[in-house]
Amino acid sequence: MIEVRDLRREFTVTTKVGRFRRDKQVVRAVDSVSFDVAAGEAVGYVGPNGAGKSTTIKMLTGILVPTSGSVRVCGVDPSRARRDLARRIGVVFGQRSQLWWDLPLRDSFDLLRAIYRVPKADFEARLRECAELLELGPFLGTPVRQLSLGQRMRGEVTASLLHGPELLVLDEPTIGLDLESKERLREFLADLNTQRGTTLLLTTHDLDDIERLCPRLVVIDRGTVLADGPLEELRAEVAPERVLVVDLERPAELDGLHGVTSSRSEPNGLRHHLTFRRADTTAAALISAVAARAEVHDLVVVEPEIDDVVRRLYARR
Amino acid sequence: MAERVYVKLVGARLRGQMSYRASFVLQCVAQAVNQLAELVIILVLFNRVSALGGFPVNEVVLMYAIAGTAFGIADMVAGQLDELPTYIRTGTFDVLLLRPLGTLAQMMASDLHLRKIGRIGAGVAVLVYALDQNDIAWSPATAVLVVAAPLSGAVIFSSIWITASAICFWVVDGQELSNAVTYGSNAFTSYPATVYGPWLRRFFAFVIPGAFVAYYPSLALLDRPDPLGGPVLLGWISPLVALAAAVAAGFVWRTAVRHYRGTGS
Repeated sequence: MIEVRDLRREFTVTTKVGRFRRDKQVVRAVDSVSFDVAAGEAVGYVGPNGAGKSTTIKMLTGILVPTSGSVRVCGVDPSRARRDLARRIGVVFGQRSQLWWDLPLRDSFDLLRAIYRVPKADFEARLRECAELLELGPFLGTPVRQLSLGQRMRGEVTASLLHGPELLVLDEPTIGLDLESKERLREFLADLNTQRGTTLLLTTHDLDDIERLCPRLVVIDRGTVLADGPLEELRAEVAPERVLVVDLERPAELDGLHGVTSSRSEPNGLRHHLTFRRADTTAAALISAVAARAEVHDLVVVEPEIDDVVRRLYARR
Repeated sequence: MAERVYVKLVGARLRGQMSYRASFVLQCVAQAVNQLAELVIILVLFNRVSALGGFPVNEVVLMYAIAGTAFGIADMVAGQLDELPTYIRTGTFDVLLLRPLGTLAQMMASDLHLRKIGRIGAGVAVLVYALDQNDIAWSPATAVLVVAAPLSGAVIFSSIWITASAICFWVVDGQELSNAVTYGSNAFTSYPATVYGPWLRRFFAFVIPGAFVAYYPSLALLDRPDPLGGPVLLGWISPLVALAAAVAAGFVWRTAVRHYRGTGS
């Protein structure tokens, strides 16, 4: 679905030096980025601000022409076949609207139907489905400028799906949304991916989006790919430690257990946090070791937070 | 098919504008007054002089009327291009690039300044008056020219607008410069080309083909030889000049958009 090879994009930044002199500087926003996305995948494209995410997205969607390297999306070169590609992909920008500000949502959809030349029956069916799942009914007749951000985003996502795209690219789709709106949107996108087979590529700062939607993660920083793989593998690689939290029936010491790299107990002596590495021992072995020493009331294994995983990836370079 | 989309887009914009009827009417009136104010300036001028660049008041009013009507139409159709810097700055232009349509058509369809109807109406009214006041040898050819001149003029003005707006792809704050060209060429075309110095004249006549908006067609309508010695033919070729201007403008726009996609902002 997406094929990116040695993608590079440079910008010339001019800064004013003195009254007339200007310094020109070439900045590499994206530098030798390569990755593939197969049809039906859901991939999170993450990285800090200025990492090159949006620039990559713009090259994938045909807005920007790469400085060098190659991109193929849905089998075409986005910069050459921009209009062809536009019919086959959907794009949602969290920060800019594709709807008509002073028209009712319904009219915006009608215009998009004309622009993308969607057959009426397909259009009606898709709109009906989105309207039902995203609960657009109550505000279909409201001008876009009067919608709340959450309502508008649901409108934006619907707008990007009316022509039945094979690939949906989302740039910060949940930015600024409240928890409930985020959750509703994630659920919708997850269904779209698993039920409909629509390929998803999304950039986000909200790692919950990734956890919820994307089995695979591409991490980018300063224009280059730092890591690419399933979230679980990345976790195991850079954050191999897990924590076993046990609540005991009676206060007890839990020192010197095999495989525990560090431990901490709360003052009451009942709750213990035992950090261990996957390579050294398994959760099951550690639990039975604990159970042999004291009577266990409750326990839970805590995986490292995804933020933590990404932070470590950044730190590693 | 693309035209149907355009009609739909424009129709939607109109519905939006018409929803505030009273303010719409007021804006139309304001536009008409604006247009007529320029006429008053010409009339005041002729209180002091009997001819301007060798042309009496009725003939100057004819040129002014053709130019005013043409500019009104161009402003209605292409005036939205003034928003281009905002589109670029806010990233709305990127959204246009995500759609399976040309950017220029989308830009122009994104809004239609229907209130300019006031300006066009005033221009047409003055044109009718001027045609009546001047001694015109009516024939099928002159009748066609009367209609073709403002329309060709509108195409020429729109082409100027497109070309000048394209500056903003290189200089985001190029608005002032591009306005100087568009509104400046309007001011130029409202008067006989003979009132300007030779260099300015050549620039506006042939580089920016402003003289083909009103000056040359008026000469043909009035059946007057060009005081500057141009061939009679010049009065009849405005539609061709308009076509050439449109092709050139399209080329400039494409180049500009390619530059934008190549360097980003």
